[in-house]
Amino acid sequence: MRALKLETIGASKTFGTFRALDKVSLTVRAGTVHALLGENGAGKSTLVKGLVGYSPLDEGNILVDDREYAVRLPRDAHGLGIGMVYQHFTVAPGLTVAENLVLARGDLPARIHWKAERERLSAFMDGMPFKLDPDRPVAALAAGEKQKLEILKQLYLDRRLIILDEPTSVLTPQEADEVLGLMRDLAHDGQVSVLMITHKFREVTAFADDVTVLRKGALVGSCKVADTSPEALAEWMMGRSDDRTVAGERPPVDPDRGPALEVAGLEVNNDKGVRAVHGASFVVRPGEILGVAGISGNGQRELTEALLGQRKREAGAVRVHGEPYHASRREMLDRGVHSLPEEPLRNASVASMSVAENLALRSFDQAPIRRQGWRVSRRVIREQARGLIERFQVTPPDPDRPIGTLSGGNVQRAVLARELTEEVRVLIVSNPVFGLDFASVAMIHQRLMDARNRGAAVLLLSEDLDELLELADRILVIHDGELVFEAPAGRADRAELGAHMAGGGERAAS
Amino acid sequence: MVESDLSIFLLALLAGAIRVGTPFLFVSLGECLTEKGGRINLGLEGILVTGAMTGYAVSYLSGSPWLGVLAAGGAGLCLGLVHGVICSLPRVNDIAFGIALILFGTGLAFFLGKDFIQPSAPMLPSIPLGGWSDDTRVRSALNVNVLFFIGVALALVLHWGLRGTRWGLVLRLVGDHEDSAQALGYRPAGVRIVATGVGGFLAGVGGAYLSLYYPGSWNEGLSSGQGLMAVALVIFARWQPINCLWAALLFGAAGAVGPALQAIGIGWGYYLFNAIPYVLTLAVMVITCRPDRTLSGAPGELSLNR
Repeated sequence: MRALKLETIGASKTFGTFRALDKVSLTVRAGTVHALLGENGAGKSTLVKGLVGYSPLDEGNILVDDREYAVRLPRDAHGLGIGMVYQHFTVAPGLTVAENLVLARGDLPARIHWKAERERLSAFMDGMPFKLDPDRPVAALAAGEKQKLEILKQLYLDRRLIILDEPTSVLTPQEADEVLGLMRDLAHDGQVSVLMITHKFREVTAFADDVTVLRKGALVGSCKVADTSPEALAEWMMGRSDDRTVAGERPPVDPDRGPALEVAGLEVNNDKGVRAVHGASFVVRPGEILGVAGISGNGQRELTEALLGQRKREAGAVRVHGEPYHASRREMLDRGVHSLPEEPLRNASVASMSVAENLALRSFDQAPIRRQGWRVSRRVIREQARGLIERFQVTPPDPDRPIGTLSGGNVQRAVLARELTEEVRVLIVSNPVFGLDFASVAMIHQRLMDARNRGAAVLLLSEDLDELLELADRILVIHDGELVFEAPAGRADRAELGAHMAGGGERAAS
Repeated sequence: MVESDLSIFLLALLAGAIRVGTPFLFVSLGECLTEKGGRINLGLEGILVTGAMTGYAVSYLSGSPWLGVLAAGGAGLCLGLVHGVICSLPRVNDIAFGIALILFGTGLAFFLGKDFIQPSAPMLPSIPLGGWSDDTRVRSALNVNVLFFIGVALALVLHWGLRGTRWGLVLRLVGDHEDSAQALGYRPAGVRIVATGVGGFLAGVGGAYLSLYYPGSWNEGLSSGQGLMAVALVIFARWQPINCLWAALLFGAAGAVGPALQAIGIGWGYYLFNAIPYVLTLAVMVITCRPDRTLSGAPGELSLNR
């Protein structure tokens, strides 16, 4: 069997005074898929980065096929046949598929004989269950294709144990099933062993043989998937049962009220000057959450930026409460338009300014912070910040700390606090819980729901279908810049949405 | 008469394009190489001037212009390596250090080059391609310097080498996606230092061309910003060495409009026409750099891209 058996004994890692990983021992059996489950910050990434030598472990032993090896550098791990597919793509977008694959080889000759390399590549591709055109530039590949390229790269390098770091976060459900099914088949065939980081229970139960759960850097448990249940795993992960559902009533949307946000025929270009949003038209009514589903990079970012005034609109009209809207500061204030863009540290706050100052970004030029027409009262800014920090449980509760030093969840809470204190009538939200822990997710979802129930029109763009199915009243699907499908959330079907997200809906229709 | 004026003008323009464009070619190839690795070296302007001074001085002292060219390249290599190493330190901005290097390079050249303003050094030879013609103007126009052919060959070699060699692929990888390079076990800093060093060597050679062929003397106003224009030229060439050749000829031709007009007796606005390369640089920047889009073909790690 080519597949490796991998064992860690007492793996530990400390950053300063923070114990990121505490004496974790686990075994990946040869020819199996092993899931590594845990919340953000549980130590999963720290462990695997140690295994591949990207950031070596402080203590602990690594055993491969029952022999101990030292892994201090990526090269050591590669020598053992251990490879990793990172969460963020590590293929160069400016190079072609073939160039990326060839570069991955450690023993590249000084002069590359492209003819011979091409023959090798096509012989290799012939033996693979999925194929990619070697001459395509990587920038032109879809996310799922890039993920396949990452996996092809590992297989091309003859890796015998492949670590996947949240491999499906950028894929459609169909693509995810295809990629993971393929990995499982390769593993059961004895070709590779797979260690897969995830926080999706569905993927664990459907594709993994064994599962190990980490919490706060420590091992909670490790067992066969067949011997456990999602409920038990959730309890292992969080120390209590998963409680993500949004509480409270959900009054129906009043169809007679006029739309709060209207978008008609909106056209937006991306950074390269290529049209990224084609003729987007939709309305959001007060007291409604309109979800926009789609795979990352299908025009959501451009659409959000155009609505928030960060990007030029090429054509089309945006109206708020029936009046044309150009996202000026005046209009935002008068009509109660608020936003929660993705990556809030980059898009909605100034990292080097304090939490208090960031909380005042919407209101510093209004009374009561503005005094005598021009003076800004720092006292009022701090008082306001203290109140908001307490209400939205921002930790650490220090208004003078630069917001860039807070964790992702707390930055998002702070931005939420700023955006949801004034009267909100239109709220534009993009991937609000990306990379956050369960407690923050539940809190943010509840706040969005509260805003809706108070009568705000909420536009929610998300790559997480579960989030949309839970929160939205209606769901639109965006694919390649076009809104291709609409369904009421109550009757939406995961598989159908997934097909449209992948662009399959058009093919079926034509 | 009008037709012969036009043909003289075009001939003078072509000759000028090659004559004025050769240093552009070397500097832009150097900059192209540096930028392929993900860094911008504005200091090439300073390196160009240092190269011009070093080349002239060594040619004068040794009597061999080719030794001068090598020395100029060596000086450029050293300054390029300084840029590469210092920009590899944490929190050093390549643009800011490049500006410092412009001042350092020109200052150093002025300081050390004072003694070489007066004496005349042996010049680089050129190849007479116009032997077939009886017209002296044609013959003088077709005197093409050897360095131009070396530059053209270099552009072709680089064009091939960026795809067909391990070194070229690794350089593009490092410039395109640093994380990937690291994940594959390559060391971006080392690759960039080498690329910046070689880029500096080429810029130094370009400088030697200025002082040892055209205009063919060492003085302090020699470069007049050509090293900086090369940055615009590389953007215009979309980071392709072959395009650098065409772009260098275009910029060279723009710089030769004034002398070419003079050749047919139009003397007015000589200095105005000499400003054409700068106008061209501005035009290239305005056309290619727009706030709502990034450049296609630009190496992903370039600071101008982020």
